[in-house]
Amino acid sequence: MSVQSTTRRLRYVEPSALAGVLVHDWTLFKRFWPSTTFSSVVEPTIYLLAFGFGFGSLISVINGYRYVDFVGTGVVATAVLFTAAFSGMFQTFIRRTYQHTYDAMLAAPVDTHELVLGEALWMAARAGVYGCAPLLVAVGFGLRPGPAVVLVPVIGFVTGFGFALAGIWASAIVPSIDSFNYIISGVVTPLFLVAGTFFPIDGLPGWAQGVAQLNPLYHCVELVRHAVFGLRPGADLLHLVVLMVFAALMWIVAVRKMRQRLID
Amino acid sequence: MPAELAITIRGVAKHYGEIRAVDGLDLDVPMGTCLGLLGPNGAGKSTTMRMLTAQSIPDRGEITVLGHPIPAESKQARIQMGVVPQMDNLDIELTVRQNLSVFARLYQVPRAQRRAAVDRALARSQLTERADTKTEKLSGGMRRRLLIARGLVHEPRLVLLDEPTVGLDPQVRQELWALIDGLRSAGTTILMSTHYIEEAERLADDVAVMSHGKLIAHGPPATLLEAHAGRSAAEFYGPPPRLVEVEKLAKDAGFATRRTGPSVSVLRAEDIPDSLADALGAGAMRAANLEDVFVVLTGEEVA
Repeated sequence: MSVQSTTRRLRYVEPSALAGVLVHDWTLFKRFWPSTTFSSVVEPTIYLLAFGFGFGSLISVINGYRYVDFVGTGVVATAVLFTAAFSGMFQTFIRRTYQHTYDAMLAAPVDTHELVLGEALWMAARAGVYGCAPLLVAVGFGLRPGPAVVLVPVIGFVTGFGFALAGIWASAIVPSIDSFNYIISGVVTPLFLVAGTFFPIDGLPGWAQGVAQLNPLYHCVELVRHAVFGLRPGADLLHLVVLMVFAALMWIVAVRKMRQRLID
Repeated sequence: MPAELAITIRGVAKHYGEIRAVDGLDLDVPMGTCLGLLGPNGAGKSTTMRMLTAQSIPDRGEITVLGHPIPAESKQARIQMGVVPQMDNLDIELTVRQNLSVFARLYQVPRAQRRAAVDRALARSQLTERADTKTEKLSGGMRRRLLIARGLVHEPRLVLLDEPTVGLDPQVRQELWALIDGLRSAGTTILMSTHYIEEAERLADDVAVMSHGKLIAHGPPATLLEAHAGRSAAEFYGPPPRLVEVEKLAKDAGFATRRTGPSVSVLRAEDIPDSLADALGAGAMRAANLEDVFVVLTGEEVA
């Protein structure tokens, strides 16, 4: 006879499991926040300053915006992408393969999808916050945002959630950490350049515009600009839907691949 | 009525490619006992451990842990069990206390009890003084103590210890044995894999011997010794031709032998007749051990 079990119906996501994953992240963040924050905030700010002033001296107005305002809003998406995707890739890879942290967590009452959800939510939250940094810098250079600017962290969060999951998926596909070079050069760089960040995509050839429409980051850039300069409800709803569909797809592939890697 | 079972494993198999890591395993662990899972590297011990937490899914067979079918109700089982992995997976950048409190959270220790649980774990691992030390600064022995304390922070009913003392020096090993023995005395059910014979002999109520993914013997250490190796062994030293001669003499008289480093051990030495003893010459008597059992059963060395 085996021990009487006390079975309680469990939810698909157990709050306690999710909280445990987030507390782990928060505890590590308290230790590492200076370096994490520095790289996530300073890099996009450098882009903003370099492009804003470099190109800003050649082009003063673009699509009706001052160029520095155009870039200041565009670089928000860059900050979100870098924070979410790089954390998703490197942090997840290191914790899974070098530190075996995830093995320890899955031996506790945490399942793979809860682990992935917790990690992605945390990265998305950081992306939402760090995404505001370039905007603050731009305000220092004369950007005057409208009231809907308060939505920017939310836009950053939704976008960041999708890209964090994409990064986690990538971390479960690559055979070694060096392989991220292919992903960074071949995927991340085109994504952040062809998103209307530094130049509007309507100047691109027709096919490239079509491709840009498939880039989730383009929709993030549009949403951020509209939040800052004035919302366009119909178009913005569509942009939001694209970002959510992207996140949903990435959720499916990231969880499936991580489960394959963690459970044998 | 039979004792309550903390773990039941029925006809479980798991392969990786061509390798049959676990090949038709049947095993029970009664509540409140310590089972030593003994076998050389690659015998299937770690795979068996991983299947109990559903970190590895068997190809076939049935497993229950604390009454829960695995993997279907694995999470309910994991709430009540503690796992100490073979590989150190502590967060080395965090302090000792942070490592424990994160896992107190993951193991769902209620908020009001968390602080006390962490303090108790610190005391148990004798790391109270080092609570605020970064984990990477700890010695190997301290890290292993922390790893064990982390798996016990929620006072689990069942503990899985995967090679708890592998790679540690003898003194640290003894400290950990005391810790594990304390758990056992407190009534915690323990499944401990090891390839150290002495560890199993000292700590385990029952020993399950695995080889090539199969269970080849199971019972209390004394019973296994009695059944397979007798009470004592006689060790004979000498140059290689002499060792060959001892083996031949013993074998012809129906005694099992095995090479023990530079010597030959003749098992069941208590039954050696005087005539054979005269022919063999002077040997050193020692108590039989589980390694003798293992070699008799498998023909291979355990460690």
